[in-house]
Amino acid sequence: MIVIENLEKHFITKDASVRAVDGVSLTIEDGEVYGIMGYSGAGKSTLVRCLNFLEIPESGSIEISGFGRFVSDAGRLYREEQSGRRAVAEKELRQLRRSIGMIFQHFNLLDRSTVFDNIAYPLKYCGKSKEEIAARVDSLLELVDLTDKRNAYPSQLSGGQKQRVAIARALANDPKILLSDEATSALDPEATESILQLLKDLNKKLGLTIVIITHEMAVIKAICSRVAVMEGGKVVEEGPVYEVFSAPEREITRRFTEASSGLGKIGKLVESGAVELGSSPEKKLIRFTYTKDTVGRPLISTVSRQFGVDVNLLLANVDVVADRALGGIVAEISGSGADVAAALEYIGSCGVRAEVIENV
Amino acid sequence: MFEAIKGTFPNVVNYWDRFIDSMEATFQMFFIAGLITVLIGGCFGILLIVTKPGGIKPNKPVHTALEVVTNVFRSIPFIILLIFLIPFTRLIVGTSIGVRGAVVPLVFGAVPFFTRQVESALSDVDPGKVEAARSMGSGTLGIIFRVYLKEALPDLIRVLTITAISTIGLTTSAGAVGAGGIGSFAINYGQNMHYQDIVNLCVIILLVIVSIIQITGNTLARRTYNRELFKK
Repeated sequence: MIVIENLEKHFITKDASVRAVDGVSLTIEDGEVYGIMGYSGAGKSTLVRCLNFLEIPESGSIEISGFGRFVSDAGRLYREEQSGRRAVAEKELRQLRRSIGMIFQHFNLLDRSTVFDNIAYPLKYCGKSKEEIAARVDSLLELVDLTDKRNAYPSQLSGGQKQRVAIARALANDPKILLSDEATSALDPEATESILQLLKDLNKKLGLTIVIITHEMAVIKAICSRVAVMEGGKVVEEGPVYEVFSAPEREITRRFTEASSGLGKIGKLVESGAVELGSSPEKKLIRFTYTKDTVGRPLISTVSRQFGVDVNLLLANVDVVADRALGGIVAEISGSGADVAAALEYIGSCGVRAEVIENV
Repeated sequence: MFEAIKGTFPNVVNYWDRFIDSMEATFQMFFIAGLITVLIGGCFGILLIVTKPGGIKPNKPVHTALEVVTNVFRSIPFIILLIFLIPFTRLIVGTSIGVRGAVVPLVFGAVPFFTRQVESALSDVDPGKVEAARSMGSGTLGIIFRVYLKEALPDLIRVLTITAISTIGLTTSAGAVGAGGIGSFAINYGQNMHYQDIVNLCVIILLVIVSIIQITGNTLARRTYNRELFKK
């Protein structure tokens, strides 16, 4: 388990101090795939770099099961022990980092080393013999399905293969935690899918805790069980992926979901004049959100039959989030004021959320 | 064969022993000063990268001091540096002439140049690789040797080549103030005694030396590049 409490990390620039991470508290369970989502500059990279102490936080605490509890005070890191707290030496930090794997957007492999030597890099620090290292590298190559590329150089590999090498390298010392910093953002869709599948498998097979930071909602939807949405250094929304995305509370979360479902296009339609906003009693522009149990219901035709209203479907989409369906419709409902109100009430009673879109 | 050489370079043959001596002196200056330059300049270049703001061990005072020293000595023309350093050279090696006297100013002239070259070669190493090494628990030395020097090797060979060629140039300038070597041979026997063939031969010799260095450097840099499908 990773417990983060009130974490602060500031960067001092010439003109100002930037609060890259601003009072973040999170709990990440053992063996879960946890997503941290946000636009670039939201502080997610800095947050994840605090977890393996590549960045030392200004203040706050991080507890990692098996490692103990670390408290930061005025930019100095202390380990909490029974007898009190003790400053952590650089050497100890290096030991710690060896037990937490990390992969990157641009792979960061050593170009002048073969696949084998890249994966062997961290193994040279654990005092193993040459034979042991070779055996370990070979089993890692098998794990990421790259046995035939043992002696290739990174420049001879595709992006997806490079990331596989990076994953093997990150797992070399048998870490319990893997940090993934935009690991699929530089890959094509096919490679992205295969890397996500690999991470999913590793999570199951090795019981690996994976912390994923990304700006792509597709990644979160595909493999994360819980997600934290970050904005301006703060976690603004957090919870199980399906709950967060089916009922987004914050504007930024909604923007992510709408960009992913395509329902955000309604803004463009309104701007171009193709659709009127109109929230008069007779004509309303509505966004419906169907959750898992209601996706299968023929709601639109029922409503137009029973209440005598016209329903003009503008946009519709069904997403699969964390293996469950999440549907969304943007439609115009028109009819007499009373009918429209009654129709909306009926829709609400069916468990479908209906919101009038008043501005975009 | 000998007749042909005698016909083309009549005066060289007359001063053959002098010529051999000056070749020897040039190589001595080149190798001794070159070795010291590589050691000191290499360390300075690495230090500049390691201690720069945002480097793996930021250290403002060390970085600034190195910057200033490097810039100052780089901006002094070598011929001026030679005479400027005479008292200092005497203090250190006891003489300001001959190979011994030339090594000190040569080192002062070449180190700042090599330092900058090494710094620029190392700064081309992707910071992402350094970060990955840190995330795998590498310390400062590990990052210097296993990431910076290893990844930048082809570039380091390239800058070593450039520095070697420029050091050959510096040894000939040092010849102007009594260092001996091919430079002083060309000046004292070629120019001052109006033996144009001696000057010509010196030019040819220098061309050959520089070409050998350049070709060796290029080949080594290419061999260590390890990219694309070069190494099969």
